[in-house]
Amino acid sequence: MIESSLSQMGAALRAKKISSVELTQLYLDRMAKLNPELNAYITIRPEASLAQAKAADARIAAGTAEALTGIPFGQKDIFCAKDWLTTCGSKMLHNFVSPYDAHVISQFNNAGAVNLGKTNMDEFAMGSSNETSHYGIVKNPWDKARVPGGSSGGTASAIAARLCAAATGTDTGGSIRQPAALCGISGLKPTYGVVSRYGMIAFASSLDQAGPMGRNAEDLALMLNTMAGFDERDSTSLQREKEDYARDLNKPLNGLRIGIPKEFFAEGLGSDVAKAVEAAIAEYKKLGAVIVDISLPNTRLSIPVYYVLAPAEASSNLSRFDGVRYGYRAPEYTDLADMYEKSRAQGFGAEVQRRIMIGTYVLSHGYYDAYYLQAQKIRRLIAQDFVEAYKHCDVIMGPTSPSTAFKLGEKGDDPVQMYLSDIYTIAVNLAGLPGMSIPCGFGDNDMPVGLQIIGNYFDEARMLNVAHQYQLATDWHSRAPQGI
Amino acid sequence: MITYRPYLNKEFAMSLSTTDVEKVARLARLAMTPAEIETARSQLSGIFGLIEEMQAVDTKGIAPMSHAQDVAQRLRDDKVTETNQREAFQAIAPQVEGGLYLVPQVIE
Repeated sequence: MIESSLSQMGAALRAKKISSVELTQLYLDRMAKLNPELNAYITIRPEASLAQAKAADARIAAGTAEALTGIPFGQKDIFCAKDWLTTCGSKMLHNFVSPYDAHVISQFNNAGAVNLGKTNMDEFAMGSSNETSHYGIVKNPWDKARVPGGSSGGTASAIAARLCAAATGTDTGGSIRQPAALCGISGLKPTYGVVSRYGMIAFASSLDQAGPMGRNAEDLALMLNTMAGFDERDSTSLQREKEDYARDLNKPLNGLRIGIPKEFFAEGLGSDVAKAVEAAIAEYKKLGAVIVDISLPNTRLSIPVYYVLAPAEASSNLSRFDGVRYGYRAPEYTDLADMYEKSRAQGFGAEVQRRIMIGTYVLSHGYYDAYYLQAQKIRRLIAQDFVEAYKHCDVIMGPTSPSTAFKLGEKGDDPVQMYLSDIYTIAVNLAGLPGMSIPCGFGDNDMPVGLQIIGNYFDEARMLNVAHQYQLATDWHSRAPQGI
Repeated sequence: MITYRPYLNKEFAMSLSTTDVEKVARLARLAMTPAEIETARSQLSGIFGLIEEMQAVDTKGIAPMSHAQDVAQRLRDDKVTETNQREAFQAIAPQVEGGLYLVPQVIE
């Protein structure tokens, strides 16, 4: 059952071949066995999950089940979920039991899905290795000495280890796609504004976007159908017609124009990753696609631009954590300012403090034009590169990450090296485009390689079609780590 | 591993001073020891080395892009839509009394 697709699981549940309580217990047992080592989940509440499963079984019996009813999902710990500890990977929120549900959580609840637990993540989603979590590092099920990627590393690890049917992630600079690549699973970051950010703890509001992560593109389409849609509580949620993201899954790829940006295959790309990605592109040619050489000339500027804009927005968003209304408060202080400063210094980890300081600096008097404004102008140049490219192609493909999963601790002391691992994903967030990663083979040390598929605005259905057709022709997505 | 060579323009190449970092820590309301200030100074200087590459780009006439979608801010009707959940919200506060959040005294 754990190797079944979401639609197969849903069908088995509705045909009463298995109950949601049985399926949920199956995953809870696996979690009890494997999670202590992988640390993919921060919070597990078996009674709460089983109560939801019981309710789902009643709904199935009543004949009112939907596609996801009774299926157990992991939820990234960035989403507020009522009565669940919601930490965002931070000591700052070590005691924050959310009084309300994020829009994404309500959508899953309304669909009758089961919440299996809150998945581990880099603190406030700031990291590419899941090593900045206050709740401990997460291990990659393919090699427990290696990182799962980040910031949705707990979600990626849990899916690869079959500790949930699928799970949610969020992506500000690659946080869905990079861990998906490093853990050999599939993940999709939708167009900015497609999924509501209400109740999703903010990192960089103009870049943050939630999306589905799972074992294959078909599952992602089903999840996105539940997650997407207008929500008036998020002022940047887009008012659009509801769409079925699975509608084009079975279209043939004849004549599909795939743009290959030369900048994604330049110096810095691991040769093992390049080989797997090139083989995937060759497979697409066999499926009828046409390859178009394109250029995204400002790609290398996306890192400096991102590391101005994201910290600037983060320094503003994280100013709310002051030890007054919720979260961590320092045990000792002399006055109000001292309480703020000590609560924040003790509640935030090193990487979060670093980014708050970068943001504070670039927004401070005298530096605004040179950093923040200049970064916003280059952001437009980066977005225009894509507009130009899409005149010549339908989707863009390349590697998701320059290397496969690196060793735990390998980049720990050097933030700059860690930031550089996001080179292929960040520009997509800056432009607000949809991007996904699907498994396309294995590199050195038998670690998974991800193929990135970047779509034009609101082209998620086509991207899922492109991914699904590849997954019908190959079996990389159905490989499981040993011992799982 | 990416080999990446930030553009080093002498006019902009910068190294933060201890005073700069102390000022930023104060603005960001982060208590830091002298040793932490020093570590932050060296790490932030490295990161700004990366960021400086932006300064060499000609952006004359380019409009800043603040957002992924060029849409106007939506306005809602001015009416009450939320229910009062003071007790639920205050149940998770560090210190409350009589329905108020308690902080150290600021006015004598």
